[in-house]
Amino acid sequence: MNVLVFVKQVPDTETRIQIKDGQVDLSSVKWVANPYDEFAIEEALRIKERLGAGKVTVVSLGPDRVKDAIKYALSLGADEGVHVKGDGVALDDPSCVATVLAAAARKIGFDLILTGKQGVDHDWSQAGVMLAERLDLPHVSVVVSLELDAAAKTGRAKREVEGGDEVVEFSLPAVITAQKGLNEPRYASLKGIMAVKKKTIPEWTLADLGVEAASVGPEAAGVRFLEFSLPPARAAGKVLEGDPADTARELVRLLRQEAKVI
Amino acid sequence: MAAVKILVVAETKNGAVRKSTLEALAEARRLAAESGGALGAALIGPAGSGEAERLAQHGADVVFRVEGAPLEQYAPEAYAAAVTAAVGAGTPEVLFFAATAQGRDLAPRAAARLHAGLASDCVGFSWSGGGLVARRPVFAGKAFATVAFGKARPQIASIRPNTFMPLAPDPARAASVETVALGDVTPRARVVAFEASEGEVADLTEANVIVSGGRAMGGPDNFELLRKLCKVLGATLGASRAAVDAGWIDHSHQVGQTGKVVNPTLYFAIGISGAIQHLAGMSSSRTIVAINKDKDAPIFKVASYGIVGDLYQVVPALTMELEKALKE
Repeated sequence: MNVLVFVKQVPDTETRIQIKDGQVDLSSVKWVANPYDEFAIEEALRIKERLGAGKVTVVSLGPDRVKDAIKYALSLGADEGVHVKGDGVALDDPSCVATVLAAAARKIGFDLILTGKQGVDHDWSQAGVMLAERLDLPHVSVVVSLELDAAAKTGRAKREVEGGDEVVEFSLPAVITAQKGLNEPRYASLKGIMAVKKKTIPEWTLADLGVEAASVGPEAAGVRFLEFSLPPARAAGKVLEGDPADTARELVRLLRQEAKVI
Repeated sequence: MAAVKILVVAETKNGAVRKSTLEALAEARRLAAESGGALGAALIGPAGSGEAERLAQHGADVVFRVEGAPLEQYAPEAYAAAVTAAVGAGTPEVLFFAATAQGRDLAPRAAARLHAGLASDCVGFSWSGGGLVARRPVFAGKAFATVAFGKARPQIASIRPNTFMPLAPDPARAASVETVALGDVTPRARVVAFEASEGEVADLTEANVIVSGGRAMGGPDNFELLRKLCKVLGATLGASRAAVDAGWIDHSHQVGQTGKVVNPTLYFAIGISGAIQHLAGMSSSRTIVAINKDKDAPIFKVASYGIVGDLYQVVPALTMELEKALKE
């Protein structure tokens, strides 16, 4: 089974977001592979290991720095990586991104596509599902458990919803977006890290994919960011110290009479 | 077919319209009042006989009713076809979803099909030069962004649950109901079963009160203390990433940047130091209570009320006091 994994590079979750002139200041950010995409990579590797055959290809769209995210996936055991250059693409718009990813998927070929349920930067939670629509494939999003029947070309997934899991049956090929809990991602091995050095990562432009720049550029974007701001600071609160029973009693009084929330 | 300015895709659970849909209707009603134009609601799939009326009483002028065998269970492709059909009937300029698990799944599918832009998980809207501007959290709430739409219509947005208050139902309000045909559709992914998680009062994303435990819980057994407190408060149990990654509690309880972003009325952070990923996910809660033995813990910077003390003494005392107070 040929599994395609789309990986986004995002600021590490430890990042303290700073705003400069209404835009997020990314100058001193540590870039990592999107945490939800790590579950997608891990699942792809497990599928290949379980079947004892197939290939895992990792694709990332963006500037040159995204090669680090591809190399990270290769060090975990992905077979091949492709860098799709983001020049001219409205990268903040999930719809334009999905169009480019769909073209890359068609060029590479696949039986299954995996990606994270959302990027932890802009939190759109859209590109994976939009990719399925662009490719006219079924999708299951926010998946915490995945079973595939490669021979029958079917699958069964559990997706997390309010108050439980939905069990979804689907046909392959399909797009699956990964939620935390799907698996426990592995760490890179020394052998894996060494192997990366021998691999070349092809760079594809929009022209290589046969995508017209105007169809995925700023003019084609469905949404665009105007301005970023920090959330309003919270007012300093009351801190109680002393005997546990006394502080508990005082807290209940405050919640009831001052905050009026119970 | 009646044209509408704004169309809200209603979500049902066991045939009843969900509260998050009524919240979206309330905000849509406000926006439609400012701009002029009618407000529509798309009622898709199985629904009780009074539900169209309920949508009307909560603000809808027109209800587009889409039914059919492929809609018996949620299936994204079939529901996207139903949304597309309703959009064809109502030709709205704005299309709203509730940003529930289903809405977050359906909205991007429908948006891609309609070739229109989608702003997800929004918490505020305004009109600007005839177009919609949405406000939404990014980086799990570490920052907020305003978003504008491209030329394509409708302008699509999903609305974070618990953000807006539903309107009080007005029994005098009525809506015209238009039946919209669903074309041929054979969904290739469909929900076949639902497995409920045990004993939860409300989902974290919808909860009014949340009690979360962190690293200082020390192990899975001590979460029993928090479950008792949850029971007294009717609260939903949450956890920090540290507690989840330690394997003490299932990931579905995680609050923060790689978990749920929550906005309850009352949030208890117990034995949680307040790592930036956690603060991102809960700092929009109305009232925050922190219980921690380290008075320098970052969680106290966002807490409305804090108790510096040993959680193993404070939590049982608090549970007892709350039990007493809530009985009165």
